[in-house]
Amino acid sequence: MINRRTLLGATAILATIATGAFAQVDKVKVGFVYVGPVGDGGWTYYHDVARKAVEEHFGDKVETVFQESVPEGADSERVMTQMALSGANLIFTTSFGYMDPTINVAAKFPNVKFEHATGYKTAENVGVYSARFYEGRAIQGHIAGRMTKTNKIGYIASFPIPEVIRGINSAYAHAKKANPEVEFNVIWAYTWFDPAKEADAAKALIEQGNDVILQHTDSTAPQAAAKAAGNVITFGQAADMAEYAPLPRVSSIIDDWAPYYIARTQAVIDGTWKSDNTWDGIAKGMVVIGEISDAVPADVKEEALALKASIVDGSYHPFTGPMKKQDGSDWLADGEVADDGTLAGMNFFIEGLTGEIPN
Amino acid sequence: MRLEKRPEPSRAWMVATPVLAVILTMIAGGVMFALLGKDPFVAIRTIFWDPLFNEQFAAYSRPQLLVKAAPLILIAIGLSLGFRAGVWNIGAEGQYIIGAICGAAVGLAFYPADLFIVFPLMVLAGALGGFLWAMIPGLLRVRFGTNEILVSLLLVYVAEQLVASMALGPLRNPEGGGFPGSRNLQQYSAASNGELIAGTGMHWGVVAAFISVIFAYILLNRHLTGFHIRLAGQSPRAARFGGVNPGRLVLFCMGVSGALAGLAGMFEVSGPAGQIGIDFNVGYGFTAIIVAFLGRLHPVGILLAGLLMALTYIGGELAQFMLGLPSASIQAFQGMLLFFLLAVDMLTNFRVRIGRGAKI
Amino acid sequence: MNLSAIDPVLLIASLMVAATPIILAAIGELVVEKSGVLNLGVEGMMITGAICGFGVAVESGSPVLGFALAAIGGAVLAMLFGLLTQVLLSNQVATGLALTLFGLGISALIGQSYRGISPPATTRLDMGPLSDLPVIGRILFSHDWMVYFALALVAVVWAFLKFTRGGLILRAVGENHEAAHALGYKVVRIRLMAIAFGGACAGLGGAYISLVRVPQWTDGMTAGAGWIALAIVVFASWRAGRVLLGAYLFGGITVLQLNLQAAGVPVPVEVLSMSPYLITIAVLVLMTSGRRGNSAPAMLGRLFHASS
Repeated sequence: MINRRTLLGATAILATIATGAFAQVDKVKVGFVYVGPVGDGGWTYYHDVARKAVEEHFGDKVETVFQESVPEGADSERVMTQMALSGANLIFTTSFGYMDPTINVAAKFPNVKFEHATGYKTAENVGVYSARFYEGRAIQGHIAGRMTKTNKIGYIASFPIPEVIRGINSAYAHAKKANPEVEFNVIWAYTWFDPAKEADAAKALIEQGNDVILQHTDSTAPQAAAKAAGNVITFGQAADMAEYAPLPRVSSIIDDWAPYYIARTQAVIDGTWKSDNTWDGIAKGMVVIGEISDAVPADVKEEALALKASIVDGSYHPFTGPMKKQDGSDWLADGEVADDGTLAGMNFFIEGLTGEIPN
Repeated sequence: MRLEKRPEPSRAWMVATPVLAVILTMIAGGVMFALLGKDPFVAIRTIFWDPLFNEQFAAYSRPQLLVKAAPLILIAIGLSLGFRAGVWNIGAEGQYIIGAICGAAVGLAFYPADLFIVFPLMVLAGALGGFLWAMIPGLLRVRFGTNEILVSLLLVYVAEQLVASMALGPLRNPEGGGFPGSRNLQQYSAASNGELIAGTGMHWGVVAAFISVIFAYILLNRHLTGFHIRLAGQSPRAARFGGVNPGRLVLFCMGVSGALAGLAGMFEVSGPAGQIGIDFNVGYGFTAIIVAFLGRLHPVGILLAGLLMALTYIGGELAQFMLGLPSASIQAFQGMLLFFLLAVDMLTNFRVRIGRGAKI
Repeated sequence: MNLSAIDPVLLIASLMVAATPIILAAIGELVVEKSGVLNLGVEGMMITGAICGFGVAVESGSPVLGFALAAIGGAVLAMLFGLLTQVLLSNQVATGLALTLFGLGISALIGQSYRGISPPATTRLDMGPLSDLPVIGRILFSHDWMVYFALALVAVVWAFLKFTRGGLILRAVGENHEAAHALGYKVVRIRLMAIAFGGACAGLGGAYISLVRVPQWTDGMTAGAGWIALAIVVFASWRAGRVLLGAYLFGGITVLQLNLQAAGVPVPVEVLSMSPYLITIAVLVLMTSGRRGNSAPAMLGRLFHASS
C-alpha cells in the first residue's frame, strides 16, 4: 500500500515537473458512501452537492469518489474497504446504518480517516457529525402554528427514531406556543423515501382537515399533493424544494454539509484531523432555513426570523423548560435547557402530543 | 431462420453458451459505458478482472465473492427444487428475512451467556423460521388451492414490515441510544458467525451453501424424491399415476426452499451483516431466482451462476467509485447479462437452420 | 382518536386514484397471461413507462403525448421479453425478473436529467354540473381523464375477451397452444401482440404514477406497484371485472390505513402497514377455497415451439 502510494506520488512529481505546474503533490482522495441514489432530491442529493462543493473548493488538490445506493450491512463494509484500498484518505459514510461497518473498517485502516453521519460511535480515526435539524423544526412549528386555520397540523414521519421524534417535539412545542389550539396528527410512513406512499399520506392528512403538512421523509410528493389540494402549506425537507414556492412551500430546512466537508478535508490536508463529535445547527450553517416566502404574513415572518436569530446567537434553545413528557411527568424545569445526551436519544413525546410512538 | 429441436441438449453448447453470453454482454455493456462517456475497456476490466486479479483489491475481493455468493447459492438451490417441480416460491426474500429475525432473536435471548449451544440453536431457529414462513403459502396451496406465487410474494412485504418493527421494537439494542437496529452479533462471540479461516471469507453460510449443492445433486440424481420432483415438473399427470403425492411434494419443495432461505438469512445476520436493521434485506431472495435459472436449475450450474452474479456485484461496485459510473448502469448491465444468458441458452436445446428447410 | 375526521367520500375518491396505476398494469398483464404467457417484468415496464412518459411530457409540455410515449416505451421493453421468450424460447419467469432489473437500471439512467422537475399537469376532466352533485360528484365525476381511461380499458378488455373472436382466439392460445396452432392460428404472433399490449398498459400505469399521482421523477419510484399488479391478476382469477375489485380493495386498504393512522386509531402502525397484504391474502384464500380446479390459463408460463 504505502509503497504503491509513494510510487504514485513519484510519478505525480514527474508529471508536475513535465508540465511545469506547481500543483500540490500530495493529492487527497475523499470517498463518500451514500445510502440512496444521488437523484433522490433529498438526503443523498445534498450530501452529493456538498461533495461537489469540496471538489470545487480544492480543485486539483482533492479527488472525490462516491458510491450511491449502498445497502447498510455487509455491502457497505465491503464498499468502504474497497474505497480505503483504492487509496482514499478520508471517507464520509452518510447513513446511520453504516455505524458498525464504519467502525470495523476503520480498525483495519488506521491511517484512513472516517466521518460517520448521525451516529454515536467514535474511534481514533472515526469522527461523527450530525445536524441540529430540530432548530429548524422550531421555526417551522412557529410558522405552522401561526398560519393554520383549522388548527390541525399533519406530520409525515419516517421511522420512530430519536432524530424524527426530536423534530416532532420541537415543531409541536413551538406551534403550541404560537397557537394553543393546535393539534398534531402524525403518520408513520415507515420509509425515508417512497413518493407514492408519501403522496397518499399527505392526501389522507389533507382530507382530514390538516392545512399544514410537515414531513420528515425526503421526496417532494407531499408538496405536490398540497399544491393540488390548495390552501395547504408545506415546508421543504432536507432540500429547499423551491419549485413549490411561494405556495404551498413557505419555507424549508436544508442540510448544508459543504462547510463541514470542506473543513474536514482541509484538516486532512493539513494533517490536523482529529476524531470529534460534531453536532452543528443553524449558527454554523449546517442547517439552513430556506427563504420564507411571501405567502407568510409579514409579522409571522418577522417572528420566525427573530426566533432564528435567537437560536443563532445562543440566547434561546428550542428545548427550554418548562416542559413535560407526554405522560405528564416533569422533564425540564422552568428555564432549564435539555442536555445533548437526552436529545440524542430522545424516545418520548412531550406533553400535548397525542398518539403513541410505535415500538 | 428457424429453430429445430435437438433430440438431446447439446453438451458443447451447454458449456459454450455462458461464455458466449458474457462476451455479448461485454460488447453491449461496453457500448452503454461508451455512451456514458467512460472507456468501455477499462469499465469491463474493472468489473470482471479487477475483483479477481487487481493486486490492490483482489486479496480482499476474492474472499468477498464467497461472502456475496453464499446466500444466493443457498437460496437458489432450494428454489431450484421447487421450480423443477412446478412449485413457484417467489417469496424467498421474505423467508430470508424471517430466518434472520428468528436466528437473531434466539441469539439475543441468550445474550450475554457464552454457551456453546447458542449458535447451533440459532441455526435451527433460522431454518425453522424460513420453513414456517414458506409453509404459509405451501399449506394454503395444498389446502385451498391458493396460488403460491402470489401469497409468497405478498408475504415478502409483510416480512419487510416485520423486520423494520423488530429493529425498532423487541430486538432493538437496549444500549443503542434509542437508535434502530439490534445488538451487533459479531460482537457476541457465542452467536457470531465469523470467518472460519481468517482472510478466506469462509463462514458457516459458505459451508452450508457448498453442502446444499452436494445435497441437491444427490437428491436429484440418486433419490426417489428427486425423481418425483423431475417427474412432476415434466408431466404432472404422469407423476400422479407414478404415485407422487402432489400435496406432499409442494410442501417438501416449499419447506426445503424456505428453510434454506431462512438459513441464508440467519448466517447473514450473524455474520457479514451483524445486526437486524430497518432495511436488513437487500434482495438476495429475488436475485436468487435469477441465479437458479442462470444455473439452469442444476446444482453445479447454480454454484457457478452464484459466483458470476457475485462477481458482477463486486466488480460493479469497483466500477462505480473508480470510474464514477452510476449504480443504475451496473443494474442495467446485470440485466443485459441475464438477457444474453437466457437468449443464447436456446442454442443448447435447438439447432438454428438458415433458410427454409424441407417440411417433414 | 377521531374517526369522524375521515370523510368516506374523499376516501373513495382517493382510493380510485391510488388504484389507477395498478388497474392499468394489471389489466395489461391479464391479457398477457390469458394468452398463456407469464411476464414477471411488470415492475420494469412500469418504471420505464414512468420515465418515458415523464421525459416526453416535460419536453413537450403535453401529458397526453407523455402517456402515449409511456405506452410505447413499455411496449418496446415488453417486446424484448417477447423476443426472448417467444422467439428464443427462454424461461419466462427468469426473463421477466431480468426485465425488472434491466428496466429499473435503464430508467434510472434515462432519468438522471429529470430529477427535481415538475411535470405539466394532467387535466381534470370537466364534467360540468355532474361534478357538483353531492357525494357522487366527488367520487365519480371529479377525476383526471386517465382514471376514466383505465376504467374504460377494463371494460374494453372484458368485452374483448368475452364477446369477440379475437378474444376467443387469445384464450384458446392460452388454454392449449398446440391445438390453437393446429387450427392454424399464429401462436407466437398472437402472444407477441398480447405482450406488447401488456407492456403498453404497464407503461401507462407507470406514467400515471410519475405524471399524476406523485407527480415527479425519482429512481425506483414505482416501489413495488408492478408486483402488486401481478398479485391482483391472480387475485382476480384472470377475470377483467375482478381486477377492478382487487385493485380497489388494495388501493382502498392502503389509503384507509393511512387515514386511520392520521385519525389516531390506536392500532399498531406495523399492523396497519401490513394490512393491505394480509387482507389481500385472506380474501384470496376465501375466494379460492371451495372452488375446484385452477382458473389459471392452462398454458401459463409454458414454452411453445412449433415443431412443424
